[in-house]
Amino acid sequence: MIANAKKKITDAALGAFGWLDDRFHVTEIFEHTAGHHIPKSTSSWFYVFGSATLLCLIIQLITGTLLAMVYVPSADQAYTTLTYLNYDIPLGWMLRAIHYWGSNFMVAIMLIHMTQVYLFGAYKYPREITWMSGVLLLLITLGLAFTGQVMRFDEDAYWGIGIGASITGRSPIIGGEAVQMLLGGPIINSETLSRFFALHVFVLPGAILAIIVLHLRMVLLKGINEWPTPGVLVNRETYDKHYATIIRKEGIPFTPHGIGKDLIAGAVVIGGILLCAIIFGPKGPLGPPDPTMIDAHPRPDWAFMWIFAVAALMPDWAETLAFLVIPPIAIAFLFALPFYNNTGEKHWSRRPFAVLTVLFLYLSLGLLTVWGFTSPWSPDMIAWRAAETPAPFVKAKTPLELQGLVVLQQKQCRNCHAIDGIGGKRGPDLADVGSRLTAPQLARQVIQGGGNMPAYGKNLTPYEVDALVAYMVSLHPPGTTPALDSAKPAVYPEENSKKNAKPEAAHGEAG
Amino acid sequence: MTPETPKETKTDACCQTGDVAVVDAPPPTTRRHFLFQIGIALNVVAGALITVPILGYVMSAFVKKFDLEWTNLGPISNFPEGEIRIANYENPYRRPWDGETARIPCWVRHVPGGTFQVFAINCTHLGCPVRWFAESKLFMCPCHGGAFYENGDHAAGPPPRPLYTYEYRVNGSNLEIKAGILPNIGNPGNPTEKVKGEA
Ligand code: FES
Repeated sequence: MIANAKKKITDAALGAFGWLDDRFHVTEIFEHTAGHHIPKSTSSWFYVFGSATLLCLIIQLITGTLLAMVYVPSADQAYTTLTYLNYDIPLGWMLRAIHYWGSNFMVAIMLIHMTQVYLFGAYKYPREITWMSGVLLLLITLGLAFTGQVMRFDEDAYWGIGIGASITGRSPIIGGEAVQMLLGGPIINSETLSRFFALHVFVLPGAILAIIVLHLRMVLLKGINEWPTPGVLVNRETYDKHYATIIRKEGIPFTPHGIGKDLIAGAVVIGGILLCAIIFGPKGPLGPPDPTMIDAHPRPDWAFMWIFAVAALMPDWAETLAFLVIPPIAIAFLFALPFYNNTGEKHWSRRPFAVLTVLFLYLSLGLLTVWGFTSPWSPDMIAWRAAETPAPFVKAKTPLELQGLVVLQQKQCRNCHAIDGIGGKRGPDLADVGSRLTAPQLARQVIQGGGNMPAYGKNLTPYEVDALVAYMVSLHPPGTTPALDSAKPAVYPEENSKKNAKPEAAHGEAG
Repeated sequence: MTPETPKETKTDACCQTGDVAVVDAPPPTTRRHFLFQIGIALNVVAGALITVPILGYVMSAFVKKFDLEWTNLGPISNFPEGEIRIANYENPYRRPWDGETARIPCWVRHVPGGTFQVFAINCTHLGCPVRWFAESKLFMCPCHGGAFYENGDHAAGPPPRPLYTYEYRVNGSNLEIKAGILPNIGNPGNPTEKVKGEA
């Protein structure tokens, strides 16, 4: 009886499925998409980053849509709605946090995905378009990250747009017009925010979806890159046959046999995002986007921190080059990679240049990012009133030297010069300055400036200079001798050449 | 691999249903071909017509010239001779929904002798807000360590030129500046300024 009923139900279900399949072509669609055959070797932990990036995007689309139900993209209300999301609407902070951490994970995982694809030679024949669409996806994702940081419409966002505008303004000939285009007018205001909002929620997500469709279509059409073997070269004439053989001999359907690791990685990613969201919470908003609160201290999000560092470290003549010339060339090189490197060895062990490139890029970008976070080039704007002077630098000083210390503090020297690590890091630490420079050298440096130091000549009375110099001369760690007189040889010739570097700096306008 | 759908191979059915035209291509002079060409041509024209307003809308920010306007900074008595003070003004291009972004700060220097210099808040390097330090008589930038002297000249760091200035006038007892743009290298915003020391 029961067996009979079971059979009836199964038959009915099969019949219903058959009917639906006949109308929707489910089986056929499945075979061509989720069920397509992949080389067994690609069911690997190294191959999970693409699907993990896609998962991040889906999380971003969902949380972004939910945030947009509350967020108001208007300069006078955006900040209020952000704090409303953080503090008033139930779990609003959580959604903001997931969206923020989702974007961080998306950028990071996408970079890993791209690095893996590069090191595995997956961009070579016949997957050129897969690679190029991937480069576009990277650019759009970075665009989303940048515009997203503007959506967090706080002081950093306000001055961040200013930085974007200043870089844009350096474009030759059309600089001023390009800035207006970026801002939606002559100045940062509501229209600027609305324009970034339109980019962030309509234009860029639309573009990313369109290109992901192309990207996935190419993955299905040209197949997933087989695990590279050293010595097996890509050859345009034979590769397609070779790949077809791999699929025939050891192909497995992606669903259900190849997808397991992707699913596990996906769960880990979601868990990671949730964990970060709960532990660290949403980012900001910091102070309100009020330009009149000028004690701002703008810093970009981590993905753009290296640009901030480049901006500080570049010599002036190289900046336009670094901002407006090199990036398009670098992107063009990245984009065209499968055309100048289309065939040959895929395995990283046979491509030392590729490995070195990756190492070089990660090391330099990583270093720049770390520098950006510590930003030793920024003056410490409150050091002159907040930085203490450790006891050894006060003890046993003469009254004149102590007067010099007061001058040092009051004239805001500490904003750029630390004493024993306390204070700004822009200029050299003064803890041992007395063992490096003599009294005349110090006086000259203070009065005329030079190197990267402004001239204080018109700003200090002769008495103040005397006191300041007396104090600094006294600063040499126990056991070291004071610096020798500069008239004698073997003393810091670069200090002399530095002083001549910018003679005009000493001639401020007569006040 | 792809099972061909029967519809595409069934050429003989085409003439009854009329929707599948996989038979021999029709001679180029038929009415259908003519309609096809007309259709393309009409769409080219329509496309061009709709592109004009869209492009015009999008590009208006690019091509429009925004004139600077005289804007009040307050009574001159707010700016003691020999000192540098901050002043806020209302952006002349403000929108009702601009909120706090409509108020822009600037630095006013009352030069001994009765003239003024009004500096934009934006560092000439990348636009961060510079701060005046009266003791050391320097403007310092919080971003990359740019510094400027009290007359706006470059003192240290990456900025490529002196501080941006506004054109000013004394109107009755008020100080006014010509304002309205975010100064940048491409458009410094003060046609009367003589830039020296441009590097
Ligand atoms: S923005 Fe002022 S130094 Fe870079």
